[in-house]
Amino acid sequence: MIASVVPGPALRCAGLVKRYGAVLAVDGLDLEVRRGECFGLLGPNGAGKTTTIEILEGLLAPDAGDVEVLGRSWARDSRHLRERLGIQLQETFFSDKLSVEEILRLFRSFYPRGRDVDTVLAMVELESKRRAWFGKLSGGQKQRLAVACALVGEPELLFLDEPTTGLDPQSRRQLWALLERYRADGGTILLTTHYMEEAEVLCDRVAIVDRGRVIALGTPRELIASLGADHVVEFAVEDGATPPSLDSLRVLAGVRDARREHEGFAITTSEVHRVVPALLDALDTAGHRLSMLTTHSATLEDVFVALTGRHLRDA
Amino acid sequence: MPDRRPPHPLAELTRTRFLEFVREPEALFWVFAFPILLAFALGIAFRTQAPQPIPVGVVQQDGGEAVLRKLRASDGLAPRVLARDEVDVALRNGRVHLVVEPGRGATPPTYRYDRTRPESRLARLAVDEALQRADGRRDVWSARDELVVTPGSRYIDWLIPGLLGMNVMSTGLWAIGFTVVQARTRKLLKRFVATPMSRGQYLLSHMLARLAFLVLEVGALVTFAWLVFGVPINGSLVTLAAVCLLGALSFAGLGLLVASRARTVEAVSGLLNVVMLPMWILSGVFFSSENFPDVVQPLIQALPLTALNQALRSVMIDGASWTALGVQAGVLTAWGVLSYLVALKIFRWQ
Ligand SMILES: Nc1ncnc2c1ncn2[C@@H]1O[C@H](COP(=O)(O)OP(=O)(O)OP(=O)(O)O)[C@@H](O)[C@H]1O
Ligand SMILES: [Mg+2]
Repeated sequence: MIASVVPGPALRCAGLVKRYGAVLAVDGLDLEVRRGECFGLLGPNGAGKTTTIEILEGLLAPDAGDVEVLGRSWARDSRHLRERLGIQLQETFFSDKLSVEEILRLFRSFYPRGRDVDTVLAMVELESKRRAWFGKLSGGQKQRLAVACALVGEPELLFLDEPTTGLDPQSRRQLWALLERYRADGGTILLTTHYMEEAEVLCDRVAIVDRGRVIALGTPRELIASLGADHVVEFAVEDGATPPSLDSLRVLAGVRDARREHEGFAITTSEVHRVVPALLDALDTAGHRLSMLTTHSATLEDVFVALTGRHLRDA
Repeated sequence: MPDRRPPHPLAELTRTRFLEFVREPEALFWVFAFPILLAFALGIAFRTQAPQPIPVGVVQQDGGEAVLRKLRASDGLAPRVLARDEVDVALRNGRVHLVVEPGRGATPPTYRYDRTRPESRLARLAVDEALQRADGRRDVWSARDELVVTPGSRYIDWLIPGLLGMNVMSTGLWAIGFTVVQARTRKLLKRFVATPMSRGQYLLSHMLARLAFLVLEVGALVTFAWLVFGVPINGSLVTLAAVCLLGALSFAGLGLLVASRARTVEAVSGLLNVVMLPMWILSGVFFSSENFPDVVQPLIQALPLTALNQALRSVMIDGASWTALGVQAGVLTAWGVLSYLVALKIFRWQ
């Protein structure tokens, strides 16, 4: 990794706007990614993550806003930037009838300096598939090849658009480990995801994006702490009697907040041991019968729900 | 670990194009097998034959027998008797080229035939001569016939260069049109422009990969035609190769231009047909483009396939050297260079 002499953030953008006809895909978005960090854009389908990342990658022109990557602008230094960035698009289908090795060699040839093909194959653990045609790879292997093509130019800054979507948990963990190693070598990552777990594991900082805007920004820990409670109690009652009101739940001992969910309710709290007995008592008194009760530690998903009233997956 | 000898991008792009193509069995069929099958079928259909007697009809009525006898006396004719209601059908489907209606008494006969059909006009001359001679006409003098066979004058000798040109055109356009549009729909082009790859080199690699095939493609057809039909190459092989090369580059450029904006395979197929069909018809593949009126000749001469076919025929039939092909080379170069430059300018990378 060649450390850049220019100080300052790896990436900065301000006031990005992108319209597709009547759709406002990106609506005045500001970001700053520091050198050496892993920064995540977390948001539901259609939030504008891909549009944003493609503007930052210099593949789409914004309708308004400024972009600065590694201290340079796309308009003046695109060649310089192309040699220093590694990019994985949300979807790319390489030629079905080229082998893993042939595809990597091709991408390697575009970069004046970079890693050799064998090294990259080892990094993504695709050595055994070296001679397999792209069309015959599994989804996870294709995804790893896409990341390999992004790494082959030895980039300073890596853009990954949903790198682990569609992968099984084991492949996902392998990819996470690979990205950790890239970080350990001093690389900077900007990735998008709608897996909160991925953001929590990988990212130093996360921007939660909804409807083309950043609605929350911070480390995963800070964002979860902003809920003011680190646990969530979810429950549902059997049909029949009128369901309990939110106000009646909010006054229970230890409850920070309460809201409706698909099939029931969610309560945020720091004191599960006080909330659960109080809740059971209250429901019993009102004549409700529990049909479901679970508790979990608060996640970024809960942050998103608290901010928007919607879930990441079905927003 | 840095690479000591990084691969060259143009070489890698060309190599992968080539590999993608050879791994596609259908493509191989259209490039190699199809032109040979076509040449074989046409060569058989239009093979040179001994002159056949001309089929003519005689209407069944009074005096028919006499006419039939007189016609039979001439060996260039194959007369047959036709019922009156068979006449129109027999003429229409070419069973006879002319029908004789015998005259009554001293009235001369009537000939029924279509004047726009050359074989019918020929039949009229032969029938008229046979009947007049039988009735006593004498020739003033008779000429001596000297029969020759001009080498390279058979239809197949003329056809093979045309098929070669057509093949260079269609494989160039299809191969490039398809791979480019497929790469676009698969977002591969977008992925490529996200790297430092040179766009000009990407397009150039398509043109270069074509050349690798050309040797095989042209070689297969020319060798086949030579072995099976004895089609000669009167000019030098080097000139022939140079003409094919120029033609292939020209059509590769055109292929890039056709594929430069299309977003779907269907769209590019339609466009390719629009580009190729006029040239199949106008540029003298199966029949001479001299058949078209003078007003459209300048247009026809400006088409790249016309130039390629003319150059190929000059080399293969007339044994022309490179210096005689300046105009055709100019037309092909202009198409290739302009198409490439325009394609590079208007190309849709995403
Ligand atoms: N080329 C396009 N033409 C029209 N609308 C588009 C186009 N690309 C994106 N959009 C719209 O812009 C909005 C943002 O899309 P974008 O792809 O950036 O979302 P995303 O956050 O990446 O979603 P996902 O998680 O599904 O990938 C969506 O409403 C989408 O329909
Ligand atoms: Mg996306």
